Amino acid sequence: MWSTGTATQQTSQTGRRTVADPFFAGLTRAAATVILLALAGVAAFLCSEAWPAVTAPSDRIAGGDGLVAYLWPLVFGTLLAAALALAISAPLAIGVALFISHFAPRRLALLISYVVDLLAAVPSVVYGLWGIFYLAPKLSHIYSWLADHVGWLPLFAGPASVTGRTILTAGVVLAVMTLPVISALSREVFLQTPRLQEEAALALGATRWEMIRMAVLPQGRSGVVSATMLGLGRALGETMAVALVLSASGLVTFNLISTDNPSTIAANIALQFPEATGIQVNTLVASGLALFVITFVVNFAARGLVARSSKSEGS
Amino acid sequence: MAKTIDVSDLDIYYGSFKAVEDVTLTMASRSVTALIGPSGCGKSSFLRSLNRMHEVIPGARVEGKVIMDGRGLYDVDVDPVLVRRDIGMVFQRPNPFPTMSIADNVLAGKRLNGKRMNRAEAAEIVERALVSANLWNEVKDRLRKPGASLSGGQQQRLCIARALAVEPQVLLMDEPCSALDPISTTAIEDLIHTLKERYTIVIVTHNMQQAARVSDTTAFFNLAGAGRPGHLIESGSTPKIFSTPDNPATEAYISGRFG
Amino acid sequence: MATQTEPPPATDVWPTASRGSSRVRHSHHAPTVILGASAVLAAGVLGLSGWVDPVGAVALGWLTFAILSTALTATLRGRRAAKNNVATILVTSAFALAILPLASLMWVVIEHGAPAFNAHFFTYSMRSVVGAGGGIYHAIIGTLYVTAAAAVISVPIGLLSAVYLVEYGRGPMAKALTFLVDVMTGIPSIVAGLFAYALFVLFWGEGTRSGIAGAVALSLLMIPIVVRASEEMLKLVPHELREGAYALGVRKWRTVVQVVLRTAAPGIITGIMLAVARVVGETAPLLVTAGYTDSTNSDIFSRQMMTLPVFAYQSFKSPGVPPEPGYERAWGTALVLLIIVMVLNLIARLCTYFFAPKPNR
Repeated sequence: MWSTGTATQQTSQTGRRTVADPFFAGLTRAAATVILLALAGVAAFLCSEAWPAVTAPSDRIAGGDGLVAYLWPLVFGTLLAAALALAISAPLAIGVALFISHFAPRRLALLISYVVDLLAAVPSVVYGLWGIFYLAPKLSHIYSWLADHVGWLPLFAGPASVTGRTILTAGVVLAVMTLPVISALSREVFLQTPRLQEEAALALGATRWEMIRMAVLPQGRSGVVSATMLGLGRALGETMAVALVLSASGLVTFNLISTDNPSTIAANIALQFPEATGIQVNTLVASGLALFVITFVVNFAARGLVARSSKSEGS
Repeated sequence: MAKTIDVSDLDIYYGSFKAVEDVTLTMASRSVTALIGPSGCGKSSFLRSLNRMHEVIPGARVEGKVIMDGRGLYDVDVDPVLVRRDIGMVFQRPNPFPTMSIADNVLAGKRLNGKRMNRAEAAEIVERALVSANLWNEVKDRLRKPGASLSGGQQQRLCIARALAVEPQVLLMDEPCSALDPISTTAIEDLIHTLKERYTIVIVTHNMQQAARVSDTTAFFNLAGAGRPGHLIESGSTPKIFSTPDNPATEAYISGRFG
Repeated sequence: MATQTEPPPATDVWPTASRGSSRVRHSHHAPTVILGASAVLAAGVLGLSGWVDPVGAVALGWLTFAILSTALTATLRGRRAAKNNVATILVTSAFALAILPLASLMWVVIEHGAPAFNAHFFTYSMRSVVGAGGGIYHAIIGTLYVTAAAAVISVPIGLLSAVYLVEYGRGPMAKALTFLVDVMTGIPSIVAGLFAYALFVLFWGEGTRSGIAGAVALSLLMIPIVVRASEEMLKLVPHELREGAYALGVRKWRTVVQVVLRTAAPGIITGIMLAVARVVGETAPLLVTAGYTDSTNSDIFSRQMMTLPVFAYQSFKSPGVPPEPGYERAWGTALVLLIIVMVLNLIARLCTYFFAPKPNR
């Protein structure tokens, strides 16, 4: 019988089991609560550690001009490096994604997508080593050529860095790092194009490219935007690759190939933190908080964009 | 062993929406009761309320009485999980557990309820349930194969065996043949004939011939109108409902002029 | 990956006899012919100018090919086909351009890293080592402990939270959790490191470094990945299986553990493997939390602990005098990390392949 109150053959087991169900439900709820608390903790600890830097007199902050003056070049460098990275990687990544989803033969496509997934997981310190030992020297030749021939552009004003450890190199390394992330997600989106729509386009006599423009790209637009934003988030927060590659002097400049380069927030923390004490630590934590806010804004801008475009597609 | 179920004044709600209104029906032991009616008339909801399966859906609740063996299914101190061990259920689409072998599927009800068995006991339960479900001869040589390796009709009989292994009093069947081919359907119908010697069976079906073939009692459900709750229009012995129903709506539905 | 569709039998860039029959026909060897011609042309130009550079040669040849083939398509088959040709060449070029640095990365790491590999490298720490010699034993131990501790923290929390979201969660709590897991996915790794640092400073005072602080930092990065992956997999478990279990009178928690989780297990394990692969190479959070040391430390609750990524970074930053042995160790460690990540990815894929429930018959 099924009542919990009456004494039946199952009473002892029943009593134990009716406890087990709420217990398990409580366990999952507790895990969820831990996540909520952890995030509240992240916000609270960062703020409390950053606070002394905000209230400190400006001459005690490194540089001597206060927190804002300290943070501004770093924020600038972070945004510049990430923008360079995306300008390079986004078009290439979309090309790779299209190549895998609609151009390459099936077996090759499977192999390539496996390699791309793998590259998304390669540790950033490895990218950093590659960037400084291999890429920077190669690029320094190109930089000196650029400085000689298109030096009238402020971007390439020079004088070109001999080591090649410039913000542009950092941007290229970040581009290589974000490329697998963006292309992996875009590929998934392109592959989800309804087969019927593709065939409908082809049945109208469209060439492959016309079919892609008619069916695949409109369908995948919001997915590609969010993939790019995810790549942007990764580029903004990337630490070690930039810390290794960039030879920073903390200037605000659009000259991409000279020896004077802005640093990024994340790289600056990694470089300064191990030796930092007292108010320096608080300053670095404050910069970390600024980075957190930037990535947060980027992520939610992406979400908003995706939500809006999917809504407009629906109506 | 089989028990009679008495339902009186039953209303079923999903949130604030009333899906079924005011059903009073008796399902006799050792007989088959068929529930027929157009889609959305609440017969499946009614069936699921008989072993409190509808509570799996958030917001679902009932008002009224369901009595089996002198006790209310919805009494305050009743544990719905234990109700389901007494009143088994078979679904529209066969749903054997994909990670388990044929034998483990049959034993699932026992094992997942934490019962410890020795090898001999387990083997006996498996054989008994599979024999009862007319499946033993087809699978006795491959009990260790995955349940999903069987054909659709065999999978459905495996699900019946799985339900029988828990030793229920009542078996509820929610359109058990609608996903099956005619040959498998015949096998299940034959099985229902055998099973009613020992169990109370309630079956929901869209197939009028099937209701006529397998059931002793038929209950016809209908909607009072779009967006209105479903009602029990009439019930009675199957020959009577199919030859001389009292309600013109029943006759219209059975003769295919409706629904 | 399983959803990989066959590329549609698209109208080819290259005309075949069946299409455009009113126009001039030519065979589908055309691209090969043009490619050959372009190669010869490029080689000729380079030979004449005396500029010998393989990269330049390939680039020039490809460019010639692009222009020639597009011009030919345009004259033979019209503007639309030419556009299609341009798009094909652009996409293929993007792919080639993207694969180039990635291939070079692999090659450079293997080329520089392989010479460092020997038994000594894997079995000795850097304690009292100046110049050549020494190894990464202490970093291997550190990475093993810190990553294992991170997994021990994040797998139960992540998995149970996913169960909560899929099986129990309704209302504001579930909404808040979904939102915050999204926020967590975007936390920069260095910020996670700062958080763990700040947290442990509270308990153990200024300047504290320990393996467990590193593990907490990594957990913060790992939990959202585990939650997302598990959530996806749990949602894939058909609702009918849950109903099947409930109808047998099985308790909800047993249904969740023994039917739902069991069915989703291969996918969940894959997700966890990928999450581990993701955090095993994290450098920045460990640099600020676990610190670095030359000796083997197997107590994650006290003192600094070296890990592989931090070791690679440190070996480069302060290679010692002369720098070559330090650089070699850095490359060797990079290769070790690369191999670990590859193996974890491979295991994850094999898990999906072997343990996924087989489809019907």
